Amino acid sequence: MARTRYGTDRGLTARMFGTMFGLGLLYVILAAVMYSLGVSAIAVLLIAGGLLLAQWWFSDSLAMAAMRAHVVTPEQAPQLHGLVDRLCAMADMDKPRIAIADNDAPNAFATGRTAKRSVVVVTTGLLRRLDRDELEGVLAHELSHVAHKDVTVMTIASFSAILAGFMVRSAMWGSMMRDRRDQNTAIVFLVVMLVSVLVYCISFLLIRALSRYRELGADRGAALVTGQPTALARALQKVTGEMGAIPTRDLRQMEPVASFAFVPAFSRGSGGGFGLETLLSTHPPLQKRLDQLARIAADLGQR
Amino acid sequence: MGLLDGLFGRRKARGPNLDALFAVPTAAITLQVSLDLVPTGQGAVAFRAAEGRAFADIEAEVRALLDADSGPPVKVVQDHFGYTWLVVDTDPPDVSAVVTDLHAVNITLAEHGFGPQLLCTLVPFRDPAGHMVALVYLFKRGTFYPFAPEADERRDSVTELRIRDLVQGELPWEADLTRWFPVWDAPGLA
Repeated sequence: MARTRYGTDRGLTARMFGTMFGLGLLYVILAAVMYSLGVSAIAVLLIAGGLLLAQWWFSDSLAMAAMRAHVVTPEQAPQLHGLVDRLCAMADMDKPRIAIADNDAPNAFATGRTAKRSVVVVTTGLLRRLDRDELEGVLAHELSHVAHKDVTVMTIASFSAILAGFMVRSAMWGSMMRDRRDQNTAIVFLVVMLVSVLVYCISFLLIRALSRYRELGADRGAALVTGQPTALARALQKVTGEMGAIPTRDLRQMEPVASFAFVPAFSRGSGGGFGLETLLSTHPPLQKRLDQLARIAADLGQR
Repeated sequence: MGLLDGLFGRRKARGPNLDALFAVPTAAITLQVSLDLVPTGQGAVAFRAAEGRAFADIEAEVRALLDADSGPPVKVVQDHFGYTWLVVDTDPPDVSAVVTDLHAVNITLAEHGFGPQLLCTLVPFRDPAGHMVALVYLFKRGTFYPFAPEADERRDSVTELRIRDLVQGELPWEADLTRWFPVWDAPGLA
Protein backbone atom coordinates (compact mmCIF):
# COMPACT_ATOMS: atom_id res chain seq x y z
CA MET A 1 0.00 0.00 0.00
CA ALA A 2 1.21 3.47 -0.79
CA ARG A 3 2.52 5.37 2.21
CA THR A 4 0.17 8.27 1.90
CA ARG A 5 -0.94 8.55 5.47
CA TYR A 6 0.72 11.88 6.26
CA GLY A 7 -0.93 14.12 3.75
CA THR A 8 -4.20 12.28 3.46
CA ASP A 9 -4.79 11.86 7.15
CA ARG A 10 -4.09 15.43 8.10
CA GLY A 11 -6.58 16.58 5.53
CA LEU A 12 -9.10 14.04 6.69
CA THR A 13 -8.80 15.10 10.31
CA ALA A 14 -9.24 18.72 9.46
CA ARG A 15 -12.22 17.91 7.28
CA MET A 16 -13.88 15.78 9.88
CA PHE A 17 -13.30 18.23 12.68
CA GLY A 18 -14.54 21.04 10.50
CA THR A 19 -17.58 19.03 9.56
CA MET A 20 -18.35 18.20 13.14
CA PHE A 21 -18.15 21.76 14.38
CA GLY A 22 -19.74 23.11 11.27
CA LEU A 23 -22.66 20.74 11.38
CA GLY A 24 -23.54 21.81 14.86
CA LEU A 25 -23.06 25.47 14.04
CA LEU A 26 -25.26 25.02 11.02
CA TYR A 27 -28.15 23.76 13.09
CA VAL A 28 -27.91 26.72 15.40
CA ILE A 29 -27.56 29.32 12.68
CA LEU A 30 -30.35 27.77 10.70
CA ALA A 31 -32.65 27.69 13.68
CA ALA A 32 -31.74 31.23 14.67
CA VAL A 33 -32.26 32.63 11.20
CA MET A 34 -35.58 30.93 10.77
CA TYR A 35 -36.70 32.05 14.17
CA SER A 36 -35.69 35.60 13.45
CA LEU A 37 -37.57 35.49 10.20
CA GLY A 38 -40.68 34.63 12.15
CA VAL A 39 -40.95 30.95 11.48
CA SER A 40 -42.80 29.36 14.40
CA ALA A 41 -40.89 27.74 17.23
CA ILE A 42 -42.45 24.37 16.48
CA ALA A 43 -41.20 24.46 12.91
CA VAL A 44 -37.68 25.35 14.06
CA LEU A 45 -37.69 22.45 16.48
CA LEU A 46 -39.00 20.07 13.84
CA ILE A 47 -36.39 21.03 11.29
CA ALA A 48 -33.49 20.90 13.76
CA GLY A 49 -34.76 17.57 15.05
CA GLY A 50 -35.32 16.31 11.52
CA LEU A 51 -31.77 17.05 10.45
CA LEU A 52 -30.39 15.32 13.52
CA LEU A 53 -32.69 12.35 13.00
CA ALA A 54 -31.50 12.01 9.42
CA GLN A 55 -27.91 12.11 10.60
CA TRP A 56 -28.63 9.39 13.14
CA TRP A 57 -30.59 7.34 10.63
CA PHE A 58 -27.84 7.42 8.02
CA SER A 59 -24.94 7.40 10.49
CA ASP A 60 -23.61 4.08 9.18
CA SER A 61 -23.63 5.03 5.50
CA LEU A 62 -22.23 8.50 6.21
CA ALA A 63 -19.30 7.28 8.27
CA MET A 64 -18.56 4.43 5.90
CA ALA A 65 -18.48 6.80 2.95
CA ALA A 66 -16.23 9.23 4.82
CA MET A 67 -13.78 6.45 5.62
CA ARG A 68 -14.16 4.79 2.21
CA ALA A 69 -14.86 1.54 4.02
CA HIS A 70 -16.44 -1.49 2.40
CA VAL A 71 -18.42 -4.23 4.10
CA VAL A 72 -16.71 -7.62 4.07
CA THR A 73 -18.39 -11.04 4.03
CA PRO A 74 -17.34 -13.99 6.22
CA GLU A 75 -15.67 -15.48 3.14
CA GLN A 76 -13.57 -12.38 2.59
CA ALA A 77 -12.50 -11.97 6.20
CA PRO A 78 -13.05 -15.27 8.05
CA GLN A 79 -10.78 -14.43 10.98
CA LEU A 80 -12.42 -11.07 11.61
CA HIS A 81 -15.92 -12.52 11.34
CA GLY A 82 -14.98 -15.44 13.56
CA LEU A 83 -13.79 -13.12 16.31
CA VAL A 84 -16.91 -10.95 16.09
CA ASP A 85 -19.20 -14.02 15.95
CA ARG A 86 -17.74 -15.32 19.16
CA LEU A 87 -17.77 -11.98 20.93
CA CYS A 88 -21.42 -11.49 20.00
CA ALA A 89 -22.26 -14.97 21.28
CA MET A 90 -20.43 -14.26 24.53
CA ALA A 91 -22.13 -10.92 25.03
CA ASP A 92 -25.48 -12.12 23.67
CA MET A 93 -25.95 -9.33 21.18
CA ASP A 94 -26.92 -9.01 17.54
CA LYS A 95 -24.02 -9.18 15.18
CA PRO A 96 -23.27 -5.92 13.38
CA ARG A 97 -21.85 -5.74 9.89
CA ILE A 98 -18.10 -5.62 9.51
CA ALA A 99 -16.22 -3.32 7.19
CA ILE A 100 -12.61 -2.68 6.34
CA ALA A 101 -11.20 0.71 5.43
CA ASP A 102 -8.04 0.72 3.37
CA ASN A 103 -6.06 3.10 5.50
CA ASP A 104 -2.68 2.70 7.11
CA ALA A 105 -3.59 4.53 10.30
CA PRO A 106 -4.51 1.96 12.94
CA ASN A 107 -8.04 2.64 14.07
CA ALA A 108 -11.51 1.21 14.38
CA PHE A 109 -14.93 2.64 14.92
CA ALA A 110 -18.53 1.56 15.21
CA THR A 111 -21.60 3.40 14.03
CA GLY A 112 -25.23 2.84 13.18
CA ARG A 113 -28.57 3.22 14.87
CA THR A 114 -29.26 -0.36 16.04
CA ALA A 115 -27.05 -3.37 16.64
CA LYS A 116 -28.15 -5.06 13.42
CA ARG A 117 -27.87 -1.86 11.39
CA SER A 118 -24.52 -1.04 12.94
CA VAL A 119 -21.22 -1.49 11.25
CA VAL A 120 -17.86 -2.04 12.90
CA VAL A 121 -15.08 -0.63 10.76
CA VAL A 122 -11.42 -1.51 11.15
CA THR A 123 -8.59 -0.09 9.10
CA THR A 124 -6.08 -2.26 7.30
CA GLY A 125 -3.43 -0.49 9.37
CA LEU A 126 -5.01 -1.87 12.53
CA LEU A 127 -5.20 -5.39 11.13
CA ARG A 128 -1.53 -5.26 10.22
CA ARG A 129 -0.31 -3.97 13.56
CA LEU A 130 -2.26 -5.92 16.15
CA ASP A 131 -2.08 -9.58 17.05
CA ARG A 132 -5.20 -11.67 17.50
CA ASP A 133 -5.84 -10.94 21.18
CA GLU A 134 -5.25 -7.22 20.75
CA LEU A 135 -7.56 -7.14 17.74
CA GLU A 136 -10.17 -9.00 19.76
CA GLY A 137 -9.90 -6.35 22.46
CA VAL A 138 -10.42 -3.55 19.95
CA LEU A 139 -13.39 -5.35 18.36
CA ALA A 140 -14.90 -5.92 21.80
CA HIS A 141 -14.47 -2.20 22.53
CA GLU A 142 -16.36 -1.31 19.38
CA LEU A 143 -19.05 -3.92 20.06
CA SER A 144 -19.46 -2.38 23.52
CA HIS A 145 -20.22 0.95 21.87
CA VAL A 146 -22.87 -0.82 19.83
CA ALA A 147 -24.27 -2.63 22.87
CA HIS A 148 -24.31 0.58 24.88
CA LYS A 149 -26.26 2.29 22.08
CA ASP A 150 -23.71 5.07 22.11
CA VAL A 151 -24.66 6.42 18.71
CA THR A 152 -28.21 6.98 19.89
CA VAL A 153 -27.16 8.38 23.24
CA MET A 154 -24.77 10.87 21.67
CA THR A 155 -27.37 11.88 19.11
CA ILE A 156 -29.84 12.62 21.87
CA ALA A 157 -27.12 14.44 23.78
CA SER A 158 -26.35 16.70 20.85
CA PHE A 159 -30.03 17.37 20.32
CA SER A 160 -30.36 18.58 23.87
CA ALA A 161 -27.43 20.89 23.21
CA ILE A 162 -29.22 22.34 20.24
CA LEU A 163 -32.38 22.58 22.24
CA ALA A 164 -30.49 24.45 24.97
CA GLY A 165 -29.27 26.95 22.45
CA PHE A 166 -32.77 27.37 21.15
CA MET A 167 -34.19 27.94 24.61
CA VAL A 168 -31.74 30.72 25.35
CA ARG A 169 -32.60 32.39 22.10
CA SER A 170 -36.32 32.22 22.54
CA ALA A 171 -36.05 33.57 26.08
CA MET A 172 -33.95 36.51 24.94
CA TRP A 173 -36.10 37.19 21.97
CA GLY A 174 -39.24 37.01 24.04
CA SER A 175 -38.03 39.49 26.64
CA MET A 176 -36.91 41.93 23.97
CA MET A 177 -40.22 41.68 22.21
CA ARG A 178 -42.01 42.48 25.44
CA ASP A 179 -39.98 45.63 25.91
CA ARG A 180 -41.59 47.08 22.83
CA ARG A 181 -38.83 49.65 22.60
CA ASP A 182 -37.60 50.76 19.26
CA GLN A 183 -34.92 48.28 18.47
CA ASN A 184 -32.43 47.93 15.75
CA THR A 185 -33.36 44.50 14.45
CA ALA A 186 -29.89 43.85 13.17
CA ILE A 187 -28.32 44.31 16.62
CA VAL A 188 -30.89 42.07 18.25
CA PHE A 189 -30.22 39.47 15.67
CA LEU A 190 -26.48 39.74 16.27
CA VAL A 191 -26.89 39.31 20.02
CA VAL A 192 -29.13 36.31 19.49
CA MET A 193 -26.53 34.79 17.24
CA LEU A 194 -23.69 35.43 19.68
CA VAL A 195 -25.51 33.82 22.56
CA SER A 196 -26.46 30.87 20.39
CA VAL A 197 -22.87 30.33 19.40
CA LEU A 198 -21.72 30.59 22.99
CA VAL A 199 -24.30 28.06 24.14
CA TYR A 200 -23.31 25.84 21.31
CA CYS A 201 -19.64 25.98 22.32
CA ILE A 202 -20.45 25.04 25.88
CA SER A 203 -22.62 22.17 24.73
CA PHE A 204 -19.77 21.10 22.51
CA LEU A 205 -17.47 20.79 25.52
CA LEU A 206 -20.12 18.90 27.45
CA ILE A 207 -20.68 16.45 24.64
CA ARG A 208 -16.94 15.87 24.45
CA ALA A 209 -16.90 15.10 28.17
CA LEU A 210 -19.77 12.66 27.71
CA SER A 211 -17.90 11.03 24.88
CA ARG A 212 -14.82 10.47 27.07
CA TYR A 213 -17.01 8.80 29.63
CA ARG A 214 -18.52 6.50 27.00
CA GLU A 215 -15.03 5.52 25.90
CA LEU A 216 -14.13 4.38 29.40
CA GLY A 217 -17.41 2.47 29.51
CA ALA A 218 -16.57 0.71 26.26
CA ASP A 219 -13.06 -0.15 27.48
CA ARG A 220 -14.55 -1.68 30.56
CA GLY A 221 -17.16 -3.63 28.62
CA ALA A 222 -14.48 -4.96 26.28
CA ALA A 223 -12.24 -6.05 29.14
CA LEU A 224 -15.09 -7.88 30.81
CA VAL A 225 -16.34 -9.67 27.71
CA THR A 226 -12.95 -10.92 26.61
CA GLY A 227 -11.49 -11.40 30.08
CA GLN A 228 -8.29 -9.94 28.66
CA PRO A 229 -7.87 -6.36 29.88
CA THR A 230 -4.12 -6.57 29.35
CA ALA A 231 -4.54 -7.38 25.66
CA LEU A 232 -6.72 -4.30 25.24
CA ALA A 233 -4.21 -2.18 27.14
CA ARG A 234 -1.49 -3.50 24.84
CA ALA A 235 -3.55 -2.59 21.80
CA LEU A 236 -4.12 0.91 23.14
CA GLN A 237 -0.43 1.39 23.79
CA LYS A 238 0.51 0.06 20.38
CA VAL A 239 -1.96 2.22 18.53
CA THR A 240 -1.54 5.45 20.47
CA GLY A 241 2.18 4.89 20.97
CA GLU A 242 2.67 4.64 17.24
CA MET A 243 0.49 7.64 16.71
CA GLY A 244 2.76 9.61 18.97
CA ALA A 245 5.66 8.68 16.77
CA ILE A 246 3.94 9.69 13.57
CA PRO A 247 4.40 13.42 13.09
CA THR A 248 0.81 14.03 12.14
CA ARG A 249 -2.50 14.33 13.78
CA ASP A 250 -4.30 11.37 12.57
CA LEU A 251 -7.72 10.89 11.04
CA ARG A 252 -9.32 9.26 14.08
CA GLN A 253 -11.83 11.90 14.56
CA MET A 254 -15.26 11.37 13.23
CA GLU A 255 -18.46 13.27 13.85
CA PRO A 256 -19.28 12.53 17.50
CA VAL A 257 -22.88 11.90 16.58
CA ALA A 258 -21.98 9.40 13.95
CA SER A 259 -19.17 7.23 15.21
CA PHE A 260 -16.94 5.97 17.96
CA ALA A 261 -13.32 5.60 17.10
CA PHE A 262 -10.96 3.49 19.11
CA VAL A 263 -8.38 6.20 19.60
CA PRO A 264 -8.87 9.94 19.33
CA ALA A 265 -7.65 12.13 16.52
CA PHE A 266 -5.74 14.74 18.34
CA SER A 267 -5.00 13.83 21.87
CA ARG A 268 -1.30 13.18 21.88
CA GLY A 269 -1.56 10.24 24.21
CA SER A 270 0.15 11.63 27.30
CA GLY A 271 -2.58 14.16 27.98
CA GLY A 272 -1.41 15.17 31.45
CA GLY A 273 -2.90 18.14 33.20
CA PHE A 274 -6.20 19.74 32.53
CA GLY A 275 -5.51 21.84 29.51
CA LEU A 276 -7.53 22.74 26.48
CA GLU A 277 -6.59 19.43 24.94
CA THR A 278 -8.14 17.50 27.83
CA LEU A 279 -11.33 19.49 27.47
CA LEU A 280 -11.63 19.13 23.73
CA SER A 281 -10.71 15.51 23.52
CA THR A 282 -13.37 12.92 22.74
CA HIS A 283 -11.21 10.22 24.33
CA PRO A 284 -9.81 10.01 27.85
CA PRO A 285 -6.03 10.25 28.26
CA LEU A 286 -4.25 7.00 27.55
CA GLN A 287 -3.02 6.72 31.12
CA LYS A 288 -6.54 6.92 32.47
CA ARG A 289 -7.66 4.13 30.17
CA LEU A 290 -4.67 1.98 31.08
CA ASP A 291 -5.28 2.54 34.80
CA GLN A 292 -8.85 1.39 34.49
CA LEU A 293 -7.79 -1.75 32.61
CA ALA A 294 -5.13 -2.50 35.22
CA ARG A 295 -7.79 -2.32 37.93
CA ILE A 296 -10.00 -4.76 36.01
CA ALA A 297 -7.05 -7.10 35.51
CA ALA A 298 -6.43 -7.07 39.26
CA ASP A 299 -10.10 -7.86 39.92
CA LEU A 300 -10.01 -10.74 37.46
CA GLY A 301 -6.95 -12.22 39.12
CA GLN A 302 -8.58 -12.37 42.52
CA ARG A 303 -9.82 -15.71 43.70
CA MET B 1 -30.65 -4.13 28.78
CA GLY B 2 -32.35 -1.49 30.86
CA LEU B 3 -32.71 2.13 29.93
CA LEU B 4 -30.33 3.18 32.70
CA ASP B 5 -27.66 0.79 31.51
CA GLY B 6 -28.00 2.32 28.08
CA LEU B 7 -27.71 5.82 29.49
CA PHE B 8 -24.65 5.05 31.55
CA GLY B 9 -22.88 2.94 28.96
CA ARG B 10 -22.68 -0.25 30.93
CA ARG B 11 -23.98 -3.71 30.38
CA LYS B 12 -24.35 -6.63 32.68
CA ALA B 13 -22.14 -9.51 31.72
CA ARG B 14 -24.39 -12.43 30.86
CA GLY B 15 -24.13 -15.58 32.91
CA PRO B 16 -24.96 -18.96 31.45
CA ASN B 17 -28.36 -20.63 31.33
CA LEU B 18 -27.70 -24.32 31.67
CA ASP B 19 -30.90 -26.25 32.21
CA ALA B 20 -31.68 -27.07 28.60
CA LEU B 21 -28.44 -28.99 28.29
CA PHE B 22 -30.09 -32.03 29.83
CA ALA B 23 -32.56 -32.23 26.97
CA VAL B 24 -29.80 -33.39 24.62
CA PRO B 25 -29.97 -37.16 25.33
CA THR B 26 -33.67 -37.27 24.40
CA ALA B 27 -33.06 -35.28 21.25
CA ALA B 28 -30.16 -37.58 20.41
CA ILE B 29 -32.55 -40.55 20.30
CA THR B 30 -34.85 -38.73 17.90
CA LEU B 31 -31.89 -37.77 15.70
CA GLN B 32 -30.71 -41.37 15.63
CA VAL B 33 -34.15 -42.76 14.77
CA SER B 34 -35.14 -40.26 12.10
CA LEU B 35 -31.83 -39.16 10.55
CA ASP B 36 -29.47 -41.98 11.47
CA LEU B 37 -27.24 -39.51 13.27
CA VAL B 38 -25.24 -41.25 15.97
CA PRO B 39 -23.55 -39.39 18.83
CA THR B 40 -19.76 -39.70 18.63
CA GLY B 41 -19.54 -39.93 22.39
CA GLN B 42 -17.61 -36.69 22.55
CA GLY B 43 -18.59 -33.25 23.67
CA ALA B 44 -16.81 -29.95 24.14
CA VAL B 45 -17.15 -26.72 26.04
CA ALA B 46 -15.60 -23.58 24.62
CA PHE B 47 -14.62 -20.63 26.76
CA ARG B 48 -12.39 -17.62 26.57
CA ALA B 49 -9.82 -18.03 29.31
CA ALA B 50 -9.57 -14.87 31.40
CA GLU B 51 -6.11 -13.64 32.24
CA GLY B 52 -4.72 -14.06 35.74
CA ARG B 53 -4.14 -16.74 38.31
CA ALA B 54 -7.76 -17.13 39.37
CA PHE B 55 -8.98 -18.47 36.06
CA ALA B 56 -5.99 -20.74 35.55
CA ASP B 57 -6.58 -22.30 38.96
CA ILE B 58 -10.24 -22.95 38.26
CA GLU B 59 -9.49 -24.38 34.85
CA ALA B 60 -7.09 -26.84 36.47
CA GLU B 61 -9.73 -27.65 39.06
CA VAL B 62 -12.28 -28.43 36.37
CA ARG B 63 -9.91 -30.70 34.52
CA ALA B 64 -9.08 -32.59 37.70
CA LEU B 65 -12.79 -32.97 38.37
CA LEU B 66 -13.48 -34.40 34.92
CA ASP B 67 -10.52 -36.76 35.03
CA ALA B 68 -11.60 -38.12 38.41
CA ASP B 69 -14.05 -40.57 36.82
CA SER B 70 -13.08 -43.53 34.69
CA GLY B 71 -12.88 -43.24 30.92
CA PRO B 72 -10.63 -41.32 28.54
CA PRO B 73 -9.01 -38.18 29.98
CA VAL B 74 -10.16 -34.69 29.07
CA LYS B 75 -8.42 -33.10 26.10
CA VAL B 76 -7.63 -29.39 26.03
CA VAL B 77 -7.54 -27.72 22.63
CA GLN B 78 -6.70 -24.09 21.85
CA ASP B 79 -8.39 -22.86 18.70
CA HIS B 80 -7.03 -20.14 16.46
CA PHE B 81 -9.47 -17.59 17.83
CA GLY B 82 -7.93 -17.84 21.29
CA TYR B 83 -10.69 -19.95 22.82
CA THR B 84 -10.09 -23.01 24.93
CA TRP B 85 -12.07 -26.19 24.27
CA LEU B 86 -12.35 -28.87 26.93
CA VAL B 87 -13.18 -32.08 25.08
CA VAL B 88 -14.74 -34.91 27.03
CA ASP B 89 -14.81 -38.38 25.56
CA THR B 90 -16.80 -41.47 26.52
CA ASP B 91 -16.13 -45.02 25.47
CA PRO B 92 -18.57 -46.56 24.66
CA PRO B 93 -20.42 -43.40 23.55
CA ASP B 94 -22.74 -42.18 26.27
CA VAL B 95 -24.51 -38.90 25.62
CA SER B 96 -25.90 -38.62 29.13
CA ALA B 97 -22.44 -38.91 30.68
CA VAL B 98 -21.07 -36.36 28.21
CA VAL B 99 -23.82 -33.89 29.02
CA THR B 100 -23.28 -34.36 32.76
CA ASP B 101 -19.58 -33.62 32.36
CA LEU B 102 -20.22 -30.56 30.20
CA HIS B 103 -22.72 -29.31 32.70
CA ALA B 104 -20.17 -29.72 35.49
CA VAL B 105 -17.64 -27.58 33.61
CA ASN B 106 -20.14 -24.81 33.19
CA ILE B 107 -21.40 -24.89 36.75
CA THR B 108 -17.88 -24.75 38.13
CA LEU B 109 -16.85 -21.80 35.98
CA ALA B 110 -20.09 -19.98 36.68
CA GLU B 111 -19.81 -20.52 40.42
CA HIS B 112 -16.46 -18.80 40.48
CA GLY B 113 -17.77 -15.81 38.61
CA PHE B 114 -16.45 -16.78 35.20
CA GLY B 115 -19.85 -17.55 33.66
CA PRO B 116 -19.43 -14.68 31.19
CA GLN B 117 -16.34 -16.42 29.79
CA LEU B 118 -18.38 -19.35 28.46
CA LEU B 119 -18.97 -19.40 24.73
CA CYS B 120 -20.81 -22.56 23.76
CA THR B 121 -21.12 -26.29 24.20
CA LEU B 122 -20.95 -28.69 21.33
CA VAL B 123 -22.27 -32.24 21.00
CA PRO B 124 -21.20 -33.87 17.74
CA PHE B 125 -23.03 -36.56 15.74
CA ARG B 126 -22.00 -38.60 12.73
CA ASP B 127 -24.16 -40.12 9.98
CA PRO B 128 -23.31 -43.43 8.25
CA ALA B 129 -21.69 -41.56 5.33
CA GLY B 130 -19.30 -39.89 7.75
CA HIS B 131 -20.81 -36.40 7.66
CA MET B 132 -20.53 -34.54 10.92
CA VAL B 133 -23.32 -32.58 12.54
CA ALA B 134 -23.16 -30.83 15.88
CA LEU B 135 -25.70 -29.47 18.28
CA VAL B 136 -24.31 -26.19 19.53
CA TYR B 137 -25.63 -24.76 22.77
CA LEU B 138 -25.34 -21.03 23.34
CA PHE B 139 -25.03 -20.46 27.06
CA LYS B 140 -26.01 -16.85 27.09
CA ARG B 141 -29.22 -17.55 25.18
CA GLY B 142 -30.05 -20.97 26.57
CA THR B 143 -30.74 -22.14 23.00
CA PHE B 144 -29.44 -24.70 20.55
CA TYR B 145 -28.69 -24.60 16.87
CA PRO B 146 -27.45 -27.29 14.50
CA PHE B 147 -24.15 -26.94 12.70
CA ALA B 148 -23.35 -29.15 9.69
CA PRO B 149 -19.92 -28.26 8.33
CA GLU B 150 -18.79 -29.29 4.86
CA ALA B 151 -15.42 -29.07 3.18
CA ASP B 152 -13.89 -25.63 2.51
CA GLU B 153 -15.77 -23.88 5.28
CA ARG B 154 -19.20 -24.31 3.75
CA ARG B 155 -22.16 -25.43 5.77
CA ASP B 156 -25.06 -27.67 4.84
CA SER B 157 -27.91 -25.40 5.83
CA VAL B 158 -30.54 -27.71 4.36
CA THR B 159 -29.56 -30.43 6.81
CA GLU B 160 -29.37 -27.91 9.63
CA LEU B 161 -32.92 -26.69 9.06
CA ARG B 162 -34.16 -30.26 8.68
CA ILE B 163 -32.66 -31.18 12.03
CA ARG B 164 -34.31 -28.22 13.65
CA ASP B 165 -37.70 -29.11 12.16
CA LEU B 166 -37.42 -32.79 13.09
CA VAL B 167 -36.49 -32.23 16.70
CA GLN B 168 -38.77 -29.24 16.96
CA GLY B 169 -40.31 -29.77 20.38
CA GLU B 170 -37.45 -31.38 22.23
CA LEU B 171 -34.86 -28.64 22.31
CA PRO B 172 -35.17 -24.87 22.71
CA TRP B 173 -33.94 -23.81 19.26
CA GLU B 174 -32.35 -20.48 18.55
CA ALA B 175 -35.05 -18.64 16.61
CA ASP B 176 -32.72 -15.94 15.29
CA LEU B 177 -30.91 -17.58 12.38
CA THR B 178 -28.27 -14.85 12.34
CA ARG B 179 -26.98 -16.24 15.62
CA TRP B 180 -26.22 -19.66 14.20
CA PHE B 181 -22.57 -18.77 13.96
CA PRO B 182 -20.26 -21.39 12.48
CA VAL B 183 -17.61 -23.14 14.56
CA TRP B 184 -15.31 -24.49 11.84
CA ASP B 185 -12.76 -27.05 12.93
CA ALA B 186 -14.21 -27.25 16.41
CA PRO B 187 -12.73 -30.16 18.35
CA GLY B 188 -14.83 -33.29 17.90
CA LEU B 189 -15.96 -32.23 14.42
CA ALA B 190 -12.93 -33.57 12.57
